[in-house]
Amino acid sequence: MRFTKDHEWVSLEGDIATIGITAYAAEQLGDVVFVETPEVGKTVTAGDGLAVVESVKAASDVYAPVSGEVVESNDALGDAPETVNAAPEAGGWFAKLKVSDVSQVEALMDRAAYEEYLGTL
Amino acid sequence: MSDADLRKTPLYQAHVDAGARMVPFAGYSMPVQYRDGVLKEHLWTRENAGLFDVSHMGQARLRGVAPLAAFEEVTPGDFLGLKPGKQRYSLLLNKSGGIIDDLMGSRPDDDGLFVVVNGACKENDFKVIADELAPQITIQRLEDRALLALQGPKAAAVLAAHVPAAAGMVFMDSLATTGFGVDIFLSRSGYTGEDGYEISVPAAVAAEVWATLLADERVRPIGLGARDSLRLEAGLPLYGHDLDETVSPVEGNLNFALSKKRRDAGDFPGARRILKELAEGPSRVRVGLLVLEGAPAREGAQIADGTGAVIGKVTSGGFSPSMGKAIAMGFVPPAQAEVGARLNVIVRGKAQACEVVAMPFVPHRYVRKL
Repeated sequence: MRFTKDHEWVSLEGDIATIGITAYAAEQLGDVVFVETPEVGKTVTAGDGLAVVESVKAASDVYAPVSGEVVESNDALGDAPETVNAAPEAGGWFAKLKVSDVSQVEALMDRAAYEEYLGTL
Repeated sequence: MSDADLRKTPLYQAHVDAGARMVPFAGYSMPVQYRDGVLKEHLWTRENAGLFDVSHMGQARLRGVAPLAAFEEVTPGDFLGLKPGKQRYSLLLNKSGGIIDDLMGSRPDDDGLFVVVNGACKENDFKVIADELAPQITIQRLEDRALLALQGPKAAAVLAAHVPAAAGMVFMDSLATTGFGVDIFLSRSGYTGEDGYEISVPAAVAAEVWATLLADERVRPIGLGARDSLRLEAGLPLYGHDLDETVSPVEGNLNFALSKKRRDAGDFPGARRILKELAEGPSRVRVGLLVLEGAPAREGAQIADGTGAVIGKVTSGGFSPSMGKAIAMGFVPPAQAEVGARLNVIVRGKAQACEVVAMPFVPHRYVRKL
């Protein structure tokens, strides 16, 4: 699993990247009450908005950590947005991307680097 | 404003110690939520009793030869008819009939008026009052007092243990009394739609009073996040969002704040516009919206009719923890303001169906009779 400074995680299998937000981000957001996931077939560039998570108070963008095409969206979050809080780094994933350049994933932080980054916040 | 410039209420350390997430609000560092989070804090207040620090709000005594009459020069409320022991919701109006702030004016005793105004507006409010009403009225800012709100169905039972006189009050009663060993101003009111009290206490003992109330297991601390979702469900407008200097009381759906006596006299600021709007209808009016599909519609979202024409704007909105649905307030023309009207809110470019519904979204539970 790799991580961004915006607190997204990426888990790569072959050229399919599953994307979610970290436990730290989920805790910061508070109780998630709505999730907008991307449509399958949508093409995103790293840094583009990929999903939107909403707490009682506010809406927050989730950015695509890498470029690619959306091949699957986590529709289960429609009925159970709280999964993002309960299992942010498992069942709370947002989308799977077929990535155009796997080296983009490798360039992200590993868990040790991410945890070190969290320590600076 | 950098964090170092933010003011602190007398309860700042208590919030930090309780694990609150502090945010800048109205020039103060305020708790937006505690460890429970907004959702749980909201529901706790609806079921038990929530304790809020609202010390950022502006408290003042207004005194003078005839302070009640003088205060009517800047508000549309019947303050001459306000009896000792009573509180009234009112509006500070500009000459165009726009709302400078909404406020509570009360007579906890015979010593003129006790007013509570919004924190973000207080400097301007007291300047306006002074500019308009000095020397008839003298303003004593009560910067040495904290303000706590205890809200929820169990608030009355909790407070009665510390302030026996509280149990004898009904909604919008006001009382200067002794409680927690000090002189307090008490009102049976709040901004959550629940029964409850606002308690003005000397700053020096605020932390002690806060801790005393929290020692009761029915009471939990509640942050500004839940305060906002609670008042939204209660259909109560938030100044700076749902109300501003361009919005009149009629547009703001606050006709109840225009007393009959004052309407008949037509002697309040902006009376010409306001009376005309009362007679002919305003060009826009604040309504409640139930979002029927999709994401919560938040402040700034456009409201469109069935043809796609933009007819208004959401002024506050979010997720209702009590209803499990997205709700909002916004302004639309009266022709589209009727309960049941189907409209759309535009969220991130997508039109989502919504319906005009009566407010409050969640019934008020004020105690009007003992």
